[in-house]
Amino acid sequence: MSTALVKPQNVTRSNRKWIIGYSIAGAFLYFVYQFLLNWEGLPLGIYDAINRWMPPAAVNESLVYVIMALGLNIVVGYAGLLDLGYVAFWAIGGYCAGWFMSEFFYFLKIHFFGAVPAEAPGIHINFWLVLIIGGFVCAFFGALIGAPTLRLKSDYLALVTLGFGEIIPQIFFNGENFFGFNISNGTKGIVQVDPIPVGFKDLGPFDFGWKLLIFLFLAAVMVFISLRLRRGRLGRAWLAIREDELAASMMGVPLMRTKLLSYAVGAFAGGLGGVAFATHVNGVYAERFNFAISIFLLAMVVLGGMGNVWGVILGAFVLSWVNGNGLSAFGALYNERFGTEIDFASFTFLLFGLVLILMMLFRREGLLPESRLKLVLHEGDIDEREASGKKAR
Amino acid sequence: MAKSAEMQKFKGTPGQIRRQRIERTGAIVISLVLAAWILVNLLKSPQQVAQVAVLGLRNGLLYALIALGYTLVYGIIELINFAHGDLFMLSAIFSSYFITVWFKQDESNPAGWLTFISALFAVMAFGAVINVLIERLAYRRLRNAPRLAPLITAVGMSFLLNFIGLKWNGSTPRQWPSVIPNNDIYIGEVRINMTTILLLLVGVPLLLALNFIVTNTKSGKAMRATAQDKQAAALMGINVNKTIAFTFAIGGAMAGAAGLLYQQSIGTTNYNLGFQLGLIAFTSAVLGGIGNLWGAVVGALLIGLVQGLNDGLPIAFGQQWSQTVVFAILITILVFKPAGLLGKVTTEKV
Repeated sequence: MSTALVKPQNVTRSNRKWIIGYSIAGAFLYFVYQFLLNWEGLPLGIYDAINRWMPPAAVNESLVYVIMALGLNIVVGYAGLLDLGYVAFWAIGGYCAGWFMSEFFYFLKIHFFGAVPAEAPGIHINFWLVLIIGGFVCAFFGALIGAPTLRLKSDYLALVTLGFGEIIPQIFFNGENFFGFNISNGTKGIVQVDPIPVGFKDLGPFDFGWKLLIFLFLAAVMVFISLRLRRGRLGRAWLAIREDELAASMMGVPLMRTKLLSYAVGAFAGGLGGVAFATHVNGVYAERFNFAISIFLLAMVVLGGMGNVWGVILGAFVLSWVNGNGLSAFGALYNERFGTEIDFASFTFLLFGLVLILMMLFRREGLLPESRLKLVLHEGDIDEREASGKKAR
Repeated sequence: MAKSAEMQKFKGTPGQIRRQRIERTGAIVISLVLAAWILVNLLKSPQQVAQVAVLGLRNGLLYALIALGYTLVYGIIELINFAHGDLFMLSAIFSSYFITVWFKQDESNPAGWLTFISALFAVMAFGAVINVLIERLAYRRLRNAPRLAPLITAVGMSFLLNFIGLKWNGSTPRQWPSVIPNNDIYIGEVRINMTTILLLLVGVPLLLALNFIVTNTKSGKAMRATAQDKQAAALMGINVNKTIAFTFAIGGAMAGAAGLLYQQSIGTTNYNLGFQLGLIAFTSAVLGGIGNLWGAVVGALLIGLVQGLNDGLPIAFGQQWSQTVVFAILITILVFKPAGLLGKVTTEKV
């Protein structure tokens, strides 16, 4: 029997089952935060516990991180290019929201299905449109950054992205006087962006339950894009480049274009996340966009499992929860119980550093590994074992 | 005969020639812009240009000491050691504790100078030990892993050292007294601080010593051999692991010395110091041609100079754009001349 004729299972199998599970999990979260938390009869203990360990704001923030980690996963996990300046796209997306959804340009008066009264100054474009604008602006910048640099070897590429990740936030940070123009309001930031119109209601900064639903939807869009792309021609080209660039180019994969597209798609997700985050915190603040964020996102991708969408989601959820709420809540509990005064929040550096190092040393493929990448990442080990004459495991 | 003449004329494939042309044009344009910029400033205030140039070159010397660590490590195992800048930061904190807290020296007198000299040796040992430890615990295990793995580990290591610095130094910048005399010397109108002279007195001999080690000693020869081809070096009886550890030790010692000099001349330490300076130093290493020792020094002096001029001159972007200027240089260099100013062009090995 010829095995070559048997199509590989993972190509033919319908891969939409995740939508059911995802919807159930999403509906559960939505139910908890929209109804359970506002229910009068909820025992105070449960109410306190939820608010302490998993407040609505923390869940929403985690989801924003999920969106961006999925974007970074396309660059790092799929195409195998290390991007250390992903925060630049977050910043650009955020400022897209700041520019097009606020009163920042007070001397203009442009409205396009905005969620504010027609007499308000500034540019007010509909949230959903701004999402798309932000995504495409970021994709453009991703390609712009990538174009001159993708010829470089991988570690130089990491450095150039790191450079852009420093330059772009600095432009926004000093943007109060950018050659005479105020493009970002500098350190003061752009405060108050427009609410999100969803037809029957305008979602302000405190409609956590409804916004949870929107962020869940955006994350689902990213999951869908990731899964579909991976199975398609482009995704397979990315995997081929990740595994052996030279072999891929010999097989006719256009290296530059494929790499550029991975940058553009990854940056698109950064733009979505940036706009979503701006509505989440109801503003854009230049000092939030620092190098540490790029590394946090990288740690999320690495912890969960590079290349595996579900692993990345897990990693993003766990680490953003730990970073935003878990560690401080645990610290408060610990200090209360044992009468100590340890500043647990300052341990994030240790935690993220250790996650990166230990995962790379002992479990390179992440918590939920992608089987294909696992083999690639342990290629060297096998050579080494053979070379030193030890038995193969 | 005609054939050999043709061979002599051959200057590369059309692609290479085009690239060379782009590189050359880029280099000329950039140097012209730089020259015009300096000239304008020179006409406006010559004394200020000289003053900030001295300051810039002083910083450049510091960057050179750090950049050497990057270039040595990259030269031998092709790893961007992101943790190197943070090693420098830890060394700065170590030397401030050594001089001010443990030996309680806070003014410039013979006892202070003696402490300074012992601190130099101590901090170099400190840097070397930490760097070797990092290599032993993390990078060595990943030597055969795909390129992404050690790179991510190095970023994690940088965070780890950052955390140690945060706990050791506190979350805010700390001021430290200096044991270096604080008087100035004037050459014409240009003021030169004693710290600058001390930096020269310590930094230049260190660079020369490093050059001597790499070019004239047996371990230096082993280093160069390992950098060229690890397997062949191992076959020739060179202990590759030991040689790589030795390289890390030298790089760490240089970063340690830079930490002490920085702490004594600038006077403040901060836990996130290493990130910025490390990146600037790495940029210098790339500018000069990574893997090339003197390239790193030249690159560092140039970067220091440009940064000093940008920060201090009347017609310039100003200090708040300092990072942007440095990274713009980095990106331009990487795009137009990845081999750097003094580096050799290497073709991708198949």
